[in-house]
Amino acid sequence: MSVTPPVDVRAAAHGPLATLNDVSKRFGKRTALERFSLQLRGGEVTALLGPNGAGKTTAVRLLLGLIAPDGGCVQVLGRDPRSSSARTAIGAMLQVARAPDLLTVREHIELFRSYYPRPLETAEILRRTGLLSIEHQRFGTLSGGQKQRLLFALAICGDPQLVCLDEPTVGLDIQARRQVWEHIRALAASGKAVLLTTHYLEEADALAERIALIEHGRLTRLGTPAEIKRSVGARRIRCRTRLPDEVLRGLPSVTSLERHGENAVIFAHDPQAVLRQLLALDATLSDLEVGAASLEDAFLTLIHAA
Amino acid sequence: MNEAAVSFAPRVPAAPRLRPVLMEIGYEFIRLARTRAYSFSVIGFPLMFYLLFGASQRHGPIAQYLIASYSCLALGSACLFGIGLGICLERAQGWLELKWASPMPRLAYLLAKTVSSAAFALIVMVALIWLGIIVGGVTVSPGQAARLALIMLLGSIPFTALGLLIGLLMPPSAGPALINLIYLPVSFASGFFMPLRMLPHWVRVIAPFLPTYHLAQLALAVFGFAPRSGALTHWLVLGGCSVLMFGAAWITFARRETRMP
Repeated sequence: MSVTPPVDVRAAAHGPLATLNDVSKRFGKRTALERFSLQLRGGEVTALLGPNGAGKTTAVRLLLGLIAPDGGCVQVLGRDPRSSSARTAIGAMLQVARAPDLLTVREHIELFRSYYPRPLETAEILRRTGLLSIEHQRFGTLSGGQKQRLLFALAICGDPQLVCLDEPTVGLDIQARRQVWEHIRALAASGKAVLLTTHYLEEADALAERIALIEHGRLTRLGTPAEIKRSVGARRIRCRTRLPDEVLRGLPSVTSLERHGENAVIFAHDPQAVLRQLLALDATLSDLEVGAASLEDAFLTLIHAA
Repeated sequence: MNEAAVSFAPRVPAAPRLRPVLMEIGYEFIRLARTRAYSFSVIGFPLMFYLLFGASQRHGPIAQYLIASYSCLALGSACLFGIGLGICLERAQGWLELKWASPMPRLAYLLAKTVSSAAFALIVMVALIWLGIIVGGVTVSPGQAARLALIMLLGSIPFTALGLLIGLLMPPSAGPALINLIYLPVSFASGFFMPLRMLPHWVRVIAPFLPTYHLAQLALAVFGFAPRSGALTHWLVLGGCSVLMFGAAWITFARRETRMP
């Protein structure tokens, strides 16, 4: 009789908690992921960014063991995520249109707790997610923000090592979104590995230690938010100019350019050098504005360049 | 598990497997009971029909016949609406995927749906027997009640399989209308509402091709309205249906994995 070693939570704290290693996945003729690799470490929030259909959801579904890769290997705590021992180490918040409306907040949480070997106490979950005052309300009567908080509660109730959050703040107002951010920070601080997919780049910037940019199923960039921003130019220069694209691209330290008629947005590492030449070359230059590049600028520039 | 495994494993104890199964069953039952459209139609219709058609035939054979046939009607609708429509909606809303990503024991999900549907059918059966005795003036021996209950329990297996298949295949927008459209004529043709010999000849020809017919024949045999000698054939047909439909559901499920969500 073979003995299966138990999942070693302590060992996982040093190495990556979860890995996607050289993973490929096809759906019919369409390639969703192509030789995609990513490691998730404990205590770290990793954001997965990319346009719609880039393969973010496929990567999440692979980590959750909902689908199997065609090539490469997916592991969570050294196990196949489709095995039940690995699943007890994973919590997920997916985009759910509706949960059973007629069960109460507390009933939903109690049920999900029962799936895990060492869940958090119900009172603790309710307190942490701010659901204590509405624990006896049925799901169908909750507001959008409360529903999202319950789904978040279901993701963390088993005290999992890996938490996958697919668009956790979609449809939330600013205040509710900030609350979820606090919860996510607290998760990472307690040593969990968090994978976050989001459409809000501000969210990735605020939360993620690392950002993985995914396009057409491939990993195109991986780095801290600062590194990603730096790679397109740390500064953004807006102006109206008649200078042709070639001239603007040829200015010192320019990394990319967006152009709509006379409106130009230039990304550059050395804005002073760019400005000196720009003003010298174009006497009619107007509406000049210099600012820090946002992650959104970086994202759009990188996506367009691809 | 041998000793070595026990001494290695203390940090991550095995999940208590029975608890989630019981919780899943309990909450599925609560959810269905709170779903008024479900509990009203599954429990309400057979009882209402019995009061209309069974009570008017006091002490007659029809009052006894309808106890068996309306129990079958309840089992069928409990499974088709509870399991079929239930899975269909949970699939469309993304809830099934979240459950599937969790460590929920796979069997618990199916077991919860089966057990709670069977429980609803049993509730209806008990209520029908009670109505039969009080209003219909019939006698039902404890042995007959027990046999009918057993048929309901075992009969829930093929109808769970059918519900599962419908839940995986049916477009959610079609939902209840489609189930009613199929189930009502099938109920008639299986002798749920009146004995088959009172129906046109062609209905009697197609009836043996319906699993509901075989369930009804088993239930009716309890009160002597169908020959007991056919029991084995009926069970074999229901068993075959279960295997076929669980197989089809499994293939549908496995195929879905290779496609886009």
